[in-house]
Amino acid sequence: MVKIAQISCGTEYSGVQKEIEKAASTFGAEIIIPEADLDYIDEAYHKFGFNAASSSIRLMIARAMSLAEGKSDADAVFIATCFRCAEGALVRNEVRRFIQQNTNLPVVTYSFTERTKADELFIRMEALSTIVARKSLLAREKQEGLTLGIDSGSTTTKVVLMENNKIIGTGWLPTTDVIASAQEGMDQAFQDTGYKYDDVEGVGVTGYGRLNIGKHLNAALIQEELSVNSKGAVYLAGHQQGEATVLDIGGMDNKVITVNDGIPDNFTMGGICAGASGRFLEITARRLGVDISELGPLALKGDFKKSLLNSYCIVFGIQDLVTSLAAGNTKEDVAAAACLSVAEQVYEQQLQEIDVREPLIQVGGTSLIGGLVEAVSTVLGGMEVIVPENSQHIGAVGAALLVSGLGDRKEFGAKKL
Amino acid sequence: MKIAVFPPNSLILADMVERRGHEPLVIQKEMRKKVTDPEIDSPPFNITEEEPIKGLKYAAIEVPSGVRGRMAIFGPIIDEAEAAIIMEDAPYGFGCIGCARTNELSMYYLRKRGIPVLEIHYPETREETMEVVNKINTFLDELEKPEETEGSERTGETGKTEVSKLGNEKTKEQGED
Repeated sequence: MVKIAQISCGTEYSGVQKEIEKAASTFGAEIIIPEADLDYIDEAYHKFGFNAASSSIRLMIARAMSLAEGKSDADAVFIATCFRCAEGALVRNEVRRFIQQNTNLPVVTYSFTERTKADELFIRMEALSTIVARKSLLAREKQEGLTLGIDSGSTTTKVVLMENNKIIGTGWLPTTDVIASAQEGMDQAFQDTGYKYDDVEGVGVTGYGRLNIGKHLNAALIQEELSVNSKGAVYLAGHQQGEATVLDIGGMDNKVITVNDGIPDNFTMGGICAGASGRFLEITARRLGVDISELGPLALKGDFKKSLLNSYCIVFGIQDLVTSLAAGNTKEDVAAAACLSVAEQVYEQQLQEIDVREPLIQVGGTSLIGGLVEAVSTVLGGMEVIVPENSQHIGAVGAALLVSGLGDRKEFGAKKL
Repeated sequence: MKIAVFPPNSLILADMVERRGHEPLVIQKEMRKKVTDPEIDSPPFNITEEEPIKGLKYAAIEVPSGVRGRMAIFGPIIDEAEAAIIMEDAPYGFGCIGCARTNELSMYYLRKRGIPVLEIHYPETREETMEVVNKINTFLDELEKPEETEGSERTGETGKTEVSKLGNEKTKEQGED
């Protein structure tokens, strides 16, 4: 069983401890608390150098030190503090850095409220568990045979049919009913390929609807999108060796994943503020009277400096947008400002939480918005941003690639939709 | 009298209160009610999302859930207290609830109640320890005197607080904020 070390403050008094343990056990992992006795707490936090006022925060530091010094054993680390606690946020971040610098353990951080439920933690726990338990699977670099990848996202469903390391069919449509959307996406992918579902040797499913679709299809691979997307990203970008950062600005949440030789070693997810997601750009496009596919080229023609927007909150962001248009700014300038605003929010809320490694591979539907890609590069001081071909199908490609390492689908009793 | 102690889970302070014939109000008693309730199963304390919501009585929504969850347990103790002993700078082993913001808020509410409050600092030497023990005993014994109780009632919101700072003793009136 994968042992996830919990380093946290406030989980018991916020009533979320049970949810954390439930999320871990759902994915075959067990929460363990690193050892730290009373004397060790003082010793550890003095050594660490952060003079925290709260004793539970000092205990967090001691537990992190216990892991780094080998006094406790774990396979992965989950660091969590209360949302809105300044001291907790400071230490959460510094402890994360400390663990990453002093151990090889995958780390995930989270700030919770009393409303946090196990399913919000599923993807994080599943990713931690996957990185530890399925490392050999994640090392796969080549797709073999005929496999199908389905990415059931919050906004769109993507399907990819791959044969011997080549994409031979794709499907893409807005997600409505997850099963029906997957079926339609599969129909699109099989079109003109000469293949049908029965010919497929393996089915991999990822995205928000993965459990539902995966269960329905009895898929061989049902995997969270963090590990699948990172695999798909480095594969499509031709960057399977060495370090890279994968950025996926999604319709509902954003993911930043650092990878080493194609295996994720750290990631951060955000999902509270719509202002830092593709949703803001969708609304911007609607307000500007253009299709979302036209927003990118429009933004590339504009100058963000002429129209300042702040999408920290989607409501205020749209207010800024309306005010900016009323003041006579062009659609191009407003589109450019909207892209920059989203990029800034992604940077402030997520990219700064992680040690960004070059190259940055931007994926997902929003990577097709050229103005956003340029804005991301701008906020990162001109860093090289790679957008691979088929970047919108990243999850489906990753699923098709990974499932090809699991043998023939018939062995798993896969069935028709 | 019902005496709140701070740290609110200090067994030593609770024991001293009990030995002088008063009723100590400590978190362990509240926790016991929770962990023996067969209806809830949210280990380790059986605290659910309801507690941080109840804690809104003591701290606003922008306050972290951990503070509000703690206040949901300690807040009613503060409300019920007729007197209090606050010991600052105590080490973890003496008693602690883990959160500096909850500590600040709890002590503030105790002072604001207008009840007799003894404020002391954790003793570092044998002499200081004896002095602190004497102060606590004297404070507790004086609470039983009828005229003290009447005095407190006469002053209404204003309570008498003794502050002992490692031998630097002073007495102040408070409760007018």
